[in-house]
Order: sequence, then C-alpha cells, then structure tokens
Amino acid sequence: MAAAKRPELPAILIANDLREGEVVFATLEGWTRDPRRALVVQDERAAEALQVFGAKEFLRAKVVDPQLVAIESAEGAPRPRHYREALRALGPSVRPDLGKQADFQI
Amino acid sequence: MYLYDEFDERLVRERVAQFASQVERRLSGALTEDEFRPLRLKNGLYLQLHSYMLRIAIPYGALNARQLRRLAHIADVHDRGYGHFTTRTNLQFHWAKLKDVPSVLGLLADVGMHCIQTSGNCIRNVTADPFAGVAFDEIEDPRPVAELIRQWSSLHPEFEWLARKFKIAVSGAAQDRTVMKSHDLGVRIVRDAASGAIGYRILVGGGLGRSPMEAQVLRDFLPREDLLAFLEAALRVYNLAGRRDNKWKARIKFLVLDIGVEVFRARVEEEFARIDKTKANANPAEEARIASFFASPPYESLPEISRSLEQAVARDEELARFVGNNLTRHKRKGYAALTISLKAIGGIAGDISSGQMRAVADLAELYSFDEARVTYAQNLVLPHVRLDDVPLIFARLKEQGLATANVGLITDIISCPGLDYCALATARSIPIAQALSQKFADPARQKDIGELSIKISGCVNACGHHHVGAIGILGLEKKGAESYQITLGGEAGDDYALGELLGPGLPAEKVPEAVERLVAVYLARREAGENFIETTRRLGLAPFKTAFKEIADAVA
Repeated sequence: MAAAKRPELPAILIANDLREGEVVFATLEGWTRDPRRALVVQDERAAEALQVFGAKEFLRAKVVDPQLVAIESAEGAPRPRHYREALRALGPSVRPDLGKQADFQI
Repeated sequence: MYLYDEFDERLVRERVAQFASQVERRLSGALTEDEFRPLRLKNGLYLQLHSYMLRIAIPYGALNARQLRRLAHIADVHDRGYGHFTTRTNLQFHWAKLKDVPSVLGLLADVGMHCIQTSGNCIRNVTADPFAGVAFDEIEDPRPVAELIRQWSSLHPEFEWLARKFKIAVSGAAQDRTVMKSHDLGVRIVRDAASGAIGYRILVGGGLGRSPMEAQVLRDFLPREDLLAFLEAALRVYNLAGRRDNKWKARIKFLVLDIGVEVFRARVEEEFARIDKTKANANPAEEARIASFFASPPYESLPEISRSLEQAVARDEELARFVGNNLTRHKRKGYAALTISLKAIGGIAGDISSGQMRAVADLAELYSFDEARVTYAQNLVLPHVRLDDVPLIFARLKEQGLATANVGLITDIISCPGLDYCALATARSIPIAQALSQKFADPARQKDIGELSIKISGCVNACGHHHVGAIGILGLEKKGAESYQITLGGEAGDDYALGELLGPGLPAEKVPEAVERLVAVYLARREAGENFIETTRRLGLAPFKTAFKEIADAVA
C-alpha cells in the first residue's frame, strides 16, 4: 500500500473523539480539546510518529478520522492552513459562541 | 395527526435497544468504524466537522406540541440549545455525543419519533405538501398516503440496502409544493378526467446532486388500491438493475437515463403484473385506520373576512406585511395557514432555538389544533389558525424573533449548513445567505423585487437545492479558496427547470454584488406584473450573463 501523502510542515494531528465526537488534538501525553496545546511537528520523522499514533488510536477506538494537517506558524493556537481544517479546529464561523473559538477564547 | 400504535411503538423501541447495543460495542472496540458507520448512518448519525450530527425524521413534516417540546428538551440537555430544519423537513442536532445518542433515541421514542432511515442507502423520510389537508387547491389530503408509505418503507426487508438513497414525495394539490420533480419517486394524487376516480400519477428519476435531472411520468394514472404493489415493482426494478459499482451513478435517475423511461416503464409494468396484489397492497381496513388520524379538526363556522384582523392590519404596517407575505389561503372560511419564517434577517436559515421551539409548541397548541408543519424551504407552518387570532400570534412570534415577513421573497433563502458544520461541504453556505439577507433587508425593496428564490448549497450534493433556485449558488473549492458558482432560472414547482450557469465562480465577497446586478436587470427589464423568474424566461440568459460578466471580469 502506498503511503498517504503527508501535508506540508509544520503540522498538527486533528481527530474527533469517538465517544463525544468533539474535535481533539494530539499532544505528547495523548489528546487535548485545547488547540493551543496541540503538538506541532516540524520534521518528517516527528510527523510520521504522530501519524502512527493517530492510526493506533483509531484502531484502539479512541478517535475517529485522525488527520495530519498543515498549519501556519501563529501565536497562540496553531491555525490550519486550509480553510476546512481551520473551521474544524475553531468551530462554525457563523456561531462564534460555539466550538473551540468560544471555549478557549481564540 | 398519526399516533403510533403498538406495532410502531415496538418497532421503534426495539431499534433503540439494537442501536444502544451497537454503540456499546463500538465504544468497547468490538465493532470497527467501518463496521459501525453504516449502522450509525441507518440511525441518522453522521460524523460532521465539529461533532456527531443526529438527524431526526419528521415524516411529511408533521409535528405536535409535545414533540416540539421534547426536541427543545433534547436541544437543551444533550445539544447546544438549538436545532436545524433541513430541506428534507428533518431536524438536525449538530453537537450530538455518541455516548448519549441511545438515551436521546429513547426520549424521541417517548413522543413517537425516531431517526431511522434519515441517512444511508434506503428509503428516506417521506415528504409532503406542507399545506396538506388545508390547501384550497387540494384534490385529496396526501398525508394518509404519506403515512402509508412511511409504514411500508420502514425497515422494508427488500429495500433496506439499496444501491443509493431513495427519496419519495407525495402531493395532493393542483400546485406542487414538494419539489416533486427532484425526487427519485413522486406520488401525485390526481383525478381521472374520464371516470372522476381518484388515483396517482407516479413520477420517477428526478434528483439534484452532481447530475440534476427532472423526474418523468412513470404511470399517468394508477388506481389507488394498487399503490404499494406499484411502488414495490418500481423499487424492485431499481434494486436489481441499478448500478452499485459507482456511487455517483447509483441513483435511480441514472438507471432511467441509461435504459430510457420507456424501457424502465415496461420493466416496472412487467414486474407489477407478476406481483400478487392481494399480498402487496395495503389492507383497506388499515388504510381506513390511518386515514382516520387525518380527519379535519373541529373548525368553527366563521365569516370569510375577519373584521378584527382588517382593523389591526390598518393600524400596524408590520402586521400588514406579515399578513401579506406569511398567510396562505385555507380551505375553510375564516382560517389561514400561517408560515413562520426561520429566515430572520442576517440569521441562519432553518435554525431554531429551544425557546423558539417551545413558543411554537404553545402557539400550535393554543391556535392550530396542536399541529405544526416543517416545509422544505426550512420554515414552519401553523396550518389552521383563525384569521381573528393572527394579530395575537404575530405579537407572540415577534417576541421570539420569529415574525419575519418574508415568505417567498428574496431573503427567504434556502441554505444548507455548508462547511460551517458539514464534513462533505466544499465551501460555506450560511455566511453567503446572511450577507444576501442583509443586503436585501429593506422591506420596501423586498416588496418591490417580489417573489424570488435564492438557494445555496455548500457542495455538489445540493442539499440547498441550488439547481432549482431562481438564483442558485453553489460553493466549491477553487485553488484552495471558497468559490461560488451562480446559476439562473431554476424553478422547483410545476414549471420545473434547472438553473443555468452564468459564468466562472466568484469569491464570497463578490456574491452579493453579483446577485444585486441580476436583480437590477430584472427591475430594469420586467414587464407589468412579471416576477423575476418570468422575466428570466422571457429574456433568456443573455442580459443576465452580460451583467454577471462585469463582476466576473473584475475578479479575473
């Protein structure tokens, strides 16, 4: 099987928590709801390790749809480069009172 | 309104228990995501961008106060205090938790509701005319037939795993208000000119999505007793001959297109001839039992005109606008069907807060014989209100931010949730609808423009019905950014038409200006009494394309 194309770096790993459905971000200790605490990987090796972690967590029925996404270097929370993943990481743009943008004042 | 009998009750309760067990097995890891996905979809549970989304079936859009209050309770306790009505007249909760879904399904079952077949490759929620039973142009109330089809299609063993989803609409009126020609199958109640008998015209092969097609007549007149046998024949032919190798070619419309409607019809008739009608068709006693739930409520004898409403209208300009736009003629004198617009200026189309749900429940109970309806245009209807009560209802709606007087006007925009919520979307829809709503907010301007449908989808799947909008807007991704294609001339009703593309996609910020240019062409070129769609038909695309090109060229 061909390896999935990896996004540009730096990147973070986003998934949905299986039980709650909420968007979660990989850290060195596991998962967090707080995008500001997401582990940012800068090199290929670290990116691969994160991807392997996501795949294992998916198989262990912890998360669904884990995806490595390219981010822009930014202060505060890392911001995915693609608008789709940026919305996923922050919450609906039409409801700033909901999602991570509200929970973590991003 | 239909109420569950012991069989409906048992079927739904058993399904709740079954899904609870499936969720438990998924959470423990005993079921993989690949195994679980089709099971959760069959129970209306999607994984969206921010969370799970639970889609609740509202068969033919009918709700009572108890159900609305239960939905409000679920919104408050298990979601984020609101829900979203869809173009399939379902309700979606956008922040569901998988671990809570079995409890939520139990709460729904208590009030005769469920999420069965609101997703997946099966027969979906049956829709009907939102003015069913009250429309002045009605031949016969379509709800008993819609309910019969609901029961027949629920967990139908032969049709539970079709090649693709399957949508049925039922209408019993002279005017189509169900977008019937966009359906896989349409059931139209008609009167046979020769005999005067009531039966059905059956349409087949309509659909929107990536390849929109207009439904064609499959059977011009079907005797009413043969409905289920005929539906069985049509579904069987599709189930056996429809493509399963390519999901983009798997809807019945492609089969009808591939073999031609004549060959498809011949196969259905051949199958129909083989079917044992006594087994396949509904038992007349059961049909009568179902129909008994839809008897007219105890209307009062009222004069045709309400003096008190007339006087209130003369005093209150806002009420006058509301009466002009949001009331629909009722078959009974002194009554009207009242549409509650869920399109507040700058709001989110189809969204309703738990407080608003409770307010509508109270109004339905007090003023509309405990009935509310959901329309495919993402609005609600109180189907039987006394004209005398309209000022009071209007005042209550105003307190709740639900008195927007724009039904059928340019700000009554259909919009799917788009990329703000949906994992399939390629662009956002809601912000476009909001910008347009704000641009055309002025009531005098809306009145001047008159009837005009804008419909917005955030991807090719066309949940926002953009193909049949007088102005249709489709959000796509172009070079890593959101881009919006605009079509013109679509029509959802009897003069069904698919809109035509005006030119290249535009960035979001240019869409309101482009729509304004199209409206300006209409205002400049319309003839007396002509609405937007009539002008586009008379003039053709050319003058609108010219106006659009100025914007597109400026962007390029």
